[in-house]
Amino acid sequence: MKVHVYEKAFLWVGGVMLVLFLGALTYASLAMGIQLPGKVAQLDPAEVRSQPPFSEPGLRQVGENEYEAVVLGQIWSFAPSELRIPLGAKVTFIATSADVIHGLHIEGTRVNVMLIPGQISKVTYTFDEPGEHLMICHEYCGSGHHLMYGKVIVE
Amino acid sequence: MSASVVYDPRPYRLPEGQLRVLTWSMYIAIAAMAAGMAHGLAQALSYGGIDVLQHFPGLKSYYQGLTVHGVANVLVLTFAFSNGFLPLLVSRAVSRPLNGPLLHATFWALLAGVVLTSYAVTSNQASVLYTAYAPLQAHWTYYLGLALVVVSTWLATANMSLTVRAWRREHPGERTPLLAFISVASYAMWVLASIPIAVSFLGFLLPWSLGWIERVDPLFNRTLFWFTGHPIVYAWLLPAYVSWYALIPRQVGGKLVSDTLTRGVFILFLLLSIPTGFHHQYTDPGISTKMKALHALMTFGVFYPSLATAFSVTASLEMGGRARGGGGLLGWIRKLPWGDPSVAAQLLAMLTFVLGGITGLINASYTVNQVVHNTAWIPGHFHMTVGSAVFLTIIGVTYWAVPYLTGKKLWAPKLAALQPWVYSIGLFIFARGLISGGLQGMPRRTFMAQATYTGEGWELAGALTAIGGSIMTVSILMFFLVIGMTWLVGKQGEAPTDIPISEALSPPATAGWTTKLDRLGWWVVAAIVLIVIAYGPFFLTYSMNMVSPGFRIF
Repeated sequence: MKVHVYEKAFLWVGGVMLVLFLGALTYASLAMGIQLPGKVAQLDPAEVRSQPPFSEPGLRQVGENEYEAVVLGQIWSFAPSELRIPLGAKVTFIATSADVIHGLHIEGTRVNVMLIPGQISKVTYTFDEPGEHLMICHEYCGSGHHLMYGKVIVE
Repeated sequence: MSASVVYDPRPYRLPEGQLRVLTWSMYIAIAAMAAGMAHGLAQALSYGGIDVLQHFPGLKSYYQGLTVHGVANVLVLTFAFSNGFLPLLVSRAVSRPLNGPLLHATFWALLAGVVLTSYAVTSNQASVLYTAYAPLQAHWTYYLGLALVVVSTWLATANMSLTVRAWRREHPGERTPLLAFISVASYAMWVLASIPIAVSFLGFLLPWSLGWIERVDPLFNRTLFWFTGHPIVYAWLLPAYVSWYALIPRQVGGKLVSDTLTRGVFILFLLLSIPTGFHHQYTDPGISTKMKALHALMTFGVFYPSLATAFSVTASLEMGGRARGGGGLLGWIRKLPWGDPSVAAQLLAMLTFVLGGITGLINASYTVNQVVHNTAWIPGHFHMTVGSAVFLTIIGVTYWAVPYLTGKKLWAPKLAALQPWVYSIGLFIFARGLISGGLQGMPRRTFMAQATYTGEGWELAGALTAIGGSIMTVSILMFFLVIGMTWLVGKQGEAPTDIPISEALSPPATAGWTTKLDRLGWWVVAAIVLIVIAYGPFFLTYSMNMVSPGFRIF
């Protein structure tokens, strides 16, 4: 098969570019530790309100400067609707949904995870700057979807 | 094995009865475009803080309108168009009629599907958006209707395959004509890709909606959705690529660069489009990060045939531009037949798609996805892919297809040639709004005009979205005016009498290994192997968690 020399060059440049991008992503996820949510555990959404950890949503300290934030998404609010986080805290969000699929996006950070009934979502983030962030449900969850939000205050 | 190459110069025309069925399929597409567009305007204005929903009779909520917008534009418009367009090209490429009963079955399955889905959506019993994520539960007619739309595409594929097979039997040892091969390959990919959504709808969501089963597993069905949901974008895109590769070179006076490379590109899409769906689920719980990484790699792989397309199609255009007297490094661009509305629409489709492709690669970028996932960035991205590359190509093809099919001259071609410019300018403003809003945390799929929260920079982002969306709407109204007037007052007998099929600069090989490319069956098997590698580990290790009853909260 004959391929024109310009075309060959173009495809090589494109290929090398894609490999470089993949290299950068590998570096970000392995060396810098930026991880995606993965497999945690399953549960029954009918029982989330009566069983720990989701029976007591909120922030609790688990180590020196380490915290767990238990968040429950439900139509159409977050429990708790406000999280006050000490500056510099490393927070592991443990979250799920009590009903339909919701989203949890803390605007301005990379805390961006789906809350799916029957699944536990887990994501860790260190809050290094003081300020106030919106905590938005960013997945359509019924007629009141645009009313569902909370706040994260780093102080 | 040696093979001779046949180029049939006689313009074959399908029997009028068959042509009429394909034409009506395209009319369904145009009707869907009208429904989808009207709601699109309301959504763009909502981003700008303007709520016009109360002026839509019968509309219960923003999300009902958003469901209409998505279902009409990306599920009905795209497939109704392709159900007409691809079989038309196949029959012309091999100069044979289609299978009559299958042709009618395709049309009626599509129409029945559209009627059922429309009932569910217009009665506000299916405001679940086009993604239909369980446990939001739609009326059963929604699932059955969309399943019938999918079945219609299967019937169209069977029809095209039978037509090509009959040709191959009569022409042993000859290469399948390129246009027929890439048309069938496009839908063959889709048939394979659509099986998971059929399993989800018919096996779980339909019986659940009817009350036959009480609970379903949300993550499992969501995974089946995206198993189909990524390759579906290629099912929208490949018919546009068919036009760019095989028709546009002829329309601009150039040639298709390489027959073999073109077949190779479509085969790569068949192989790589499907094992990539987890990149829509990067932020989902319950899926291992290793599998997400594998799908990221595959997604970068499927970018490759699009890169090859960018080169090949541009080279065809340059050939055309230079043949028309264009000189210098870029002078050929100006000499392209921009006055031909069909060409102008598709050139702008390609141009806007460059940004669509780049933003798509950003979405697929594993960790970077956490910045943009489910923000307004995402609709900003896909209005520059399906909303431009595909949409403007459908419009561009319609500009020659309606005259070809009806025998009537296109009305006001100058207005028609201006229309895609208006659309593209509107699109850039619109997408600039959504893209910047998304980077500042503005969510997608949200009734912003009545949201109880707002963020920094959202006002400007929303205003740009509303302005851009309004300009896009004006452009689509121009399109409807042109097509409507063509029907009403178009001059009979001054229309193109043939489909613009391009010749290849490097014609198909008649000997050697490349002749084996035509064996689509082998490639389908190879595609299945890749799918098993990409999805096997998830489905083998996943334990079903059927915990969710239906929620009808819209």
